Amino acid sequence: MNQSAISTSGLGKRYLLGERGPALGGRTLRDAMGSAVGRILRKEPRRDENPEIWALRDISLEVHEGEIVGIVGRNGAGKTTLLKILSRITRPTEGRARVRGRVASLLEVGTGFHRELTGRENIRLSGAVLGMRRAETEARFDEIVSFAGVEDFLDTPVKHYSTGMYLRLAFSVAAHLQPDILLVDEILAVGDLEFQKKCLGKMGEVVRGGRTILFVSHNLPAVQELCPRTILIDGGRILQDGRTDEVLRAYVGMYDKRGSSSEITPEMHDLQYNGDAFVRLLRVELENPYAGSFAVRWREPIRLTFHFEVRRDLPDAVFGLRVDSMHGTAVFGSHHTDGGDAPFRLPRGTYSLSVIVENPLQAGRFSISIGAHSAVTRDIYFLVPHAVSCEVLDIPFDAPRYIGKHLCLVNGDAQWSKPEPFEP
Amino acid sequence: MGTVQVKMPGRMREGEKAYSVDILPGPIPLRELFRDVWRHRELITVLASRDIRVRYKQTALGVLWAIVRPAVATFVFTFVFGNVAGLPSGTIPYPLLALSGVLAWSLFSEGVSAGSQSMLVNPNLVTKVYFPRIIMPMSATLRGLVDFAVAATFYFALAWIYGMPPGWKVAFLPIAVLYALFVSTGFTLWFSVLGVRYRDVAHALPFVLQALFWISPVGYAIAAIPERWAVPYWCNPLTSVIAIFRVSLLNEPLPETPLFLLSVAVSIIVFTGGLSLFRRAETRFADVI
Repeated sequence: MNQSAISTSGLGKRYLLGERGPALGGRTLRDAMGSAVGRILRKEPRRDENPEIWALRDISLEVHEGEIVGIVGRNGAGKTTLLKILSRITRPTEGRARVRGRVASLLEVGTGFHRELTGRENIRLSGAVLGMRRAETEARFDEIVSFAGVEDFLDTPVKHYSTGMYLRLAFSVAAHLQPDILLVDEILAVGDLEFQKKCLGKMGEVVRGGRTILFVSHNLPAVQELCPRTILIDGGRILQDGRTDEVLRAYVGMYDKRGSSSEITPEMHDLQYNGDAFVRLLRVELENPYAGSFAVRWREPIRLTFHFEVRRDLPDAVFGLRVDSMHGTAVFGSHHTDGGDAPFRLPRGTYSLSVIVENPLQAGRFSISIGAHSAVTRDIYFLVPHAVSCEVLDIPFDAPRYIGKHLCLVNGDAQWSKPEPFEP
Repeated sequence: MGTVQVKMPGRMREGEKAYSVDILPGPIPLRELFRDVWRHRELITVLASRDIRVRYKQTALGVLWAIVRPAVATFVFTFVFGNVAGLPSGTIPYPLLALSGVLAWSLFSEGVSAGSQSMLVNPNLVTKVYFPRIIMPMSATLRGLVDFAVAATFYFALAWIYGMPPGWKVAFLPIAVLYALFVSTGFTLWFSVLGVRYRDVAHALPFVLQALFWISPVGYAIAAIPERWAVPYWCNPLTSVIAIFRVSLLNEPLPETPLFLLSVAVSIIVFTGGLSLFRRAETRFADVI
């Protein structure tokens, strides 16, 4: 067996909620002093004011050189945190990890590029970030550019790139600068099919070249295709680590157990967007479940009720939801203000809110993310990514003309005429 | 493309073994930090040259600004301190005295203002990729060197016009520059850590720099300070920075050793304190920014 490329034991990472300053209106000296003074006046003992969350706990794993390992789990399960620790962007709170070789990470979209710099300059910057000599980066320059297909935009600042171009360049740089270990997070969520195929091909090639890859994705077919071994993470812990087909079955099964009402835990609130400091989503119910499970029939509207607790007064909340396919493709989204309704003014308290989602979805499983933002500042009050998953069954609801399961995500109607003869 | 590259410079380079890193809670050990900074040394210049390019983009005067600013400051100090207040400058023409102070001060203060914001203006670099974070304040401090080189040329021209070219002590100039960067980095480390934690720092910094400016001998001679204030005055690290600059450029005698060492000692304390604070804080930058 090869030597190990990554080994960790008892790795854990704790976050203090509300630590991210700007999201809460900027942490200033005044706040810090104010709370310290208040504490003294009230003669309270000093304590951690922020509730803590373990984003990762007890992670022990071993990855050998030349292995490609998939990592799956719901959003907020701790996958990204794991990659951030292994790439040394953040330090663990406990445990240890040993990493052999040079690590490149592709975390979410956009990975350490500088928006004001041109594509050319960003390639050099990325090389330097990876600790490469200038000559080494230059040697691969053309390869990087042609793989990404950005030849014509090399001297354009990347802020003018489309998301697809940006991503192609980011992937291309990371894959071609030949790190020993490549950490990839959700790179396939954006970008067209052709590019996805190219990426998968390149990753396979990288692994055959003896490199190691950790591949985080919601794109289960891609995980299946690339990775013989997969790790399932939930609630910050490893639930299962083994052959991909077995692990993926367990992962999909996690979604099935949920019934027609789904409890939302505080950990599922995206920490990047205030966690549950402003709003805590408590429960999501499907009002029209089929056979008692979180499923509706084909073409049947999805009737959802959110139960949530408003923890700080919200002057101008706009609620929204987004539907993604289980492959991670965004299908559509909606805000409650889309039809011209005013934002909600919500004093503290608990509320329920109903929404009827017209259902254009083809049969299959979809996930629904739920959140709210401020109409004025656009700040996000809360976001629960992949709050619930809903199955659209291949049993027709009203229409007799069921088209059957095929590869499309949504139904579309088109008006066809009869063939008319014409003279060429 | 299409072929699997067999040569792997990433691993074989300089005969190094596949380098392995232990990731533990707490600050990055000093040895690892030095090794990482050395590995990423090119990043320092890449970041610095990028900022210099951005800085003079879309300006009419371009790099001439590096002369205009000190020239105007020198003119003002000569007028206010030299003519109006009548502060002494000994045998030295007042403009040369002022400009030598301004050179040192600009190198210091521009490093600090840029460096303390370096982490906040590049959130992508902090939260999406790894390299030793100290590289950002370092590169911000270094990029002041370009402006300094231009302004120094201006100084030599002016000194030549006044018939007071620097003597052999100009050999101290590189040491003076390195020392100024050392002090500048020390202050930057403090302000960048505080700046990440408290956004107030962006507002407080100009004010702090201004206060520091007035208690430093930028526009006047150190001799203008009364004897009884000498000890507190030399507690300012900037006093020793400017003193070395004046020694090397104006051929002044070396300052009194105990006072000079006092100032240097404070510089060292500021730097080591800043470094240890930075090392403890850097582990959380990605979580906080």
